[in-house]
Amino acid sequence: MSSEIATSPVTTHALHSSRAGLPAQVRTLVRRNLTHIKRMPEMLMDVTIQPVMFVLLFAYVFGGSIQTGTAGGYREWLLPGIMAQTMAFASFIVAIGLTNDLDKGIIDRLRALPISRSAVVIARSISSLIHSSIGVVVMSLTGLIVGWRIHTNLPKAVLAYALLLLWGFAMIWVGMFVGSAMRSVEAVQGVMFTTTFPITFLANTFAPTEAMPSFLRTIAEWNPISALVQAMRELWGNAPALGADTALPLRHPVLASVLWSVGLSLILAPLAIRAFRNRTEKA
Amino acid sequence: MSTAAIEAIDLVKRFGDFTAVDGVSFAAEPGSVLGMLGPNGAGKTTTVRMMTTLSRPTSGTARVAGFDVLKEPDQVRRAMGLTAQSATVDELLTGRENLRMIGELYGLDRSTVRSRSDELLERFSLTEAGGRVVKTYSGGMRRRIDLAVSLIATPPVLFLDEPTTGLDPRSRVELWEVLRDLVREGTTLLLTTQYLEEADQLADRIIVIDHGSVIAAGTPLQLKQQSGAAALVVTVSHAGDLGRAQELMERLGGEVYVDAGARQLTTPSEGLRAMTEAAEAFADSGIEVDDLGLKRPTLDDVFLRLTGHRAEDASAQETLEETA
Repeated sequence: MSSEIATSPVTTHALHSSRAGLPAQVRTLVRRNLTHIKRMPEMLMDVTIQPVMFVLLFAYVFGGSIQTGTAGGYREWLLPGIMAQTMAFASFIVAIGLTNDLDKGIIDRLRALPISRSAVVIARSISSLIHSSIGVVVMSLTGLIVGWRIHTNLPKAVLAYALLLLWGFAMIWVGMFVGSAMRSVEAVQGVMFTTTFPITFLANTFAPTEAMPSFLRTIAEWNPISALVQAMRELWGNAPALGADTALPLRHPVLASVLWSVGLSLILAPLAIRAFRNRTEKA
Repeated sequence: MSTAAIEAIDLVKRFGDFTAVDGVSFAAEPGSVLGMLGPNGAGKTTTVRMMTTLSRPTSGTARVAGFDVLKEPDQVRRAMGLTAQSATVDELLTGRENLRMIGELYGLDRSTVRSRSDELLERFSLTEAGGRVVKTYSGGMRRRIDLAVSLIATPPVLFLDEPTTGLDPRSRVELWEVLRDLVREGTTLLLTTQYLEEADQLADRIIVIDHGSVIAAGTPLQLKQQSGAAALVVTVSHAGDLGRAQELMERLGGEVYVDAGARQLTTPSEGLRAMTEAAEAFADSGIEVDDLGLKRPTLDDVFLRLTGHRAEDASAQETLEETA
């Protein structure tokens, strides 16, 4: 059969009845996205060099002057914070990838193919999570080097990583929303840097919320990223549970983190998909 | 069911208050080339986007290989290939990887993808470049790999949106050859262009589109004939003879237009017989003549007459210079 096709003229004009299923389409597109990383390893800087630099800067420059009141010290306390921040930046990755594809006409080329409408979006999500997971591995190894440890058991350790990935899933929709709305990679970087970056700081990621002015403390403690960070700290045994004077989400951080991630996804996914449709179908 | 391979039925596209495409209808027979000619912003790309399921018509519809773009978009996508205005290949993948990606997305099996890729790379003289990242390709190579990718699933209908824009003259002629081959094998082509020469060279039928409407349609020859009769053009050897030549030509026919700088005289002419008469008259008069011939109106003249303006922009200018 293959030899018959090989010798047939270029335009046989057979309408192909076979159609790759959604999983096959997604696999093809994920491989394409990962090939980009292979060809441009500097794409990984955001989940490797940048967070490692943050660990080193905070651990050794600020570390001495930040009091966390935990047994493991600032470095152990810091690691979950930087991991959550790195995962929040998954939104950058999605937004930049999407804007690039829109800009270069790749999305149009894919939309003109007989493939499922959702294949592009699902593939972009999966490859972003793989991208971010590389960062999580790098961060965990860096943590182990500077003295971070998991003091609890395997199920709890795994649960913390799972919460982190769920958070990354929610961030994908942020990225898709921004990526669909922006016209250039530079614009994406500008918008994301001025929004996501401060949001990841206005939390318990790098410094305890107790020392903040009260209105700021309220904002920081209700910041979704704080619940995630507190959950990871408790699940890994890097910090004790917080007292009754903290905001509600931080007293039940695991549940709060799940609710935040699921809730944000439920709100943002339809918005993101609508923005993506408007961008592609109205043109 | 219609027999046309491509059919637009009263397509309209509005963006807010702006009407980009205003009731466009046309059809192309299987195995033919339809040229869509018009200046920038005439509505060519918007029409192609509607016909390739990328953009939803405000009203009207289109059929590709017999399938309705609104009711059967998936069948349309399976039956057509699209090469957009700018080459939309993945720059970070190799030529071969691009072919493989799109082939897999069409659902072709692995061995088919491989053999088709080999064939297409060879046909487009990219066999050696196939393993290189597309980023390193020249403009002409990018266009060729773009076209190759559009052909991976052997679509019977191919849409080409300004396929040679930005190509140097040699790459352009090469691409024309490839397109002619495809048509010979039975592919139906819809080709948008602002190059009058390109439409003239490739298209069996041409529709001229301006401000979102079809303002003329026909074969290249029909369009040229609509634009009036041929002209007799005489170039005299010595500028001093221009006056006498003018008198002579006025005696033979009607009004004579004199371009003193080019030593050229032009007058409407009915055809070969008038030309023979003129040639004899010049021979008898003893006026030395460099050149004497019939000039048919070009598509450029057609366009000018239809729209009142030339297909004037940088790229069109380039063509005029090349063909001059």
